[in-house]
Amino acid sequence: MGTRVRKLVSAVVFFGLLAGGAAWFLTKPEPWPASHWNGLGEPDLANGEQMFWADGCTSCHAAPKSEGDAKLVLSGGLPLKSPFGTFHVPNISPDETAGIGSWTLAEFGDAMTRGVGAKGEHLYPSFPYGSYARMTPKDINDLWGFLKTLPKSANVAPPHDLPFPFNIRLAVGGWKLLFFTDKPRVTVDTSNLKIARGQYLVEGPGHCGECHTPRNGLGGFEAAQWLAGAPNPEGEGRIPNITPGSKSIGSWSEGDIVNYLETGFTPEFDSAGGSMVEVQKNMAKLPASDREAIAAYLKAVPAVE
Amino acid sequence: MKLKMILTALVVAGCGVSAVIAADDPVKVREGLMKQIGGSMGALAGIAKGEKPYDADVVKTSLTTISTNIKAFPDQFPAGSEANSEASPKIWENMDDFKAHAAKLGDAAEVALAQLPADQAGVGAALGVIGKSCGECHQAYRIKK
Repeated sequence: MGTRVRKLVSAVVFFGLLAGGAAWFLTKPEPWPASHWNGLGEPDLANGEQMFWADGCTSCHAAPKSEGDAKLVLSGGLPLKSPFGTFHVPNISPDETAGIGSWTLAEFGDAMTRGVGAKGEHLYPSFPYGSYARMTPKDINDLWGFLKTLPKSANVAPPHDLPFPFNIRLAVGGWKLLFFTDKPRVTVDTSNLKIARGQYLVEGPGHCGECHTPRNGLGGFEAAQWLAGAPNPEGEGRIPNITPGSKSIGSWSEGDIVNYLETGFTPEFDSAGGSMVEVQKNMAKLPASDREAIAAYLKAVPAVE
Repeated sequence: MKLKMILTALVVAGCGVSAVIAADDPVKVREGLMKQIGGSMGALAGIAKGEKPYDADVVKTSLTTISTNIKAFPDQFPAGSEANSEASPKIWENMDDFKAHAAKLGDAAEVALAQLPADQAGVGAALGVIGKSCGECHQAYRIKK
């Protein structure tokens, strides 16, 4: 009898450890091998600045309500409300202690594309690395070069305010296992270089889907509803459907979309509102060809009613 | 006969009442004011982009509509009128700031009216100043539903 119980206990412990080990293995932070970030050379700062606007870094990382050059001070502090708690956006200025000035390219690149912080920890997907994961190492290198030219800020942002179990970073590993992917979100005709560029910008740096695509209860995208509109994550109202099946913008021409991204005005001369105001200002800083590529892609994605 | 008269009176009164309700619905009124401002912005943008020839009358009418409508606009937000509209509850929490936004657009339109833009480039410059107000206020106070 005694032997049996002992055997049972050892079996339970053994399989428990095995399951725990497997879970740890499946959900551990996974940075790229260091070689991924080797040999990228001197950053192209002009392209880095374009990536800066395409990524929309300043919309969350600048101090709230910044205007003009103050938008280039990425001091953090904006509270981001979500169904999982309130995230406080960190300081990513080049300050060595308060910001990320002491990080290496690899650490920055792994944060951007793998959601792994400089201490090897999982980052919360409120930082849209699930989109940035599609960015090329060259664009990351250029962006990193540009970020390092920006002013330092000594501001220390408050820690995230998340209830259990969302305050456990290990849980993010489970989220990644279920939802993290750097694969295309939809199938479009990528032999058309304009559409391919648009797909890169929208699904990658532009991270449009983060607000425009609805999520399931665990915070993963509803894949069949790509860009089909969703409840506003920050509160009231809805983020509109921007597929060709949209009631509001489905009838817009490519030119209408380009004009909206450049000027902020719809064909009826209504204006952008809510958080799209900041996004549109960023899009206005891109080359015209990039706005045209975004419009071409938005016309090419599956129409969702 | 009397019954007929009473019925007629009731119908007439009923029509009157419903007409008053429609005209007084602040959501309808303010949306109408904004649509007209949008139309005026469109007319000005057509000239600024060179799609339409410069026309001083069109510029003046458009700027006047913007100025007149935006002055009346903040008065169309009585307490409790956020239902079935794109108005953010923040309007009622920050009514003074909301009014200041409207006044800013009104001032921009007045300035342009006082020195009417005389050509395509002038209209473009005025539009740049006026257009900025739209996004600033919609960012804080409009919710898409």
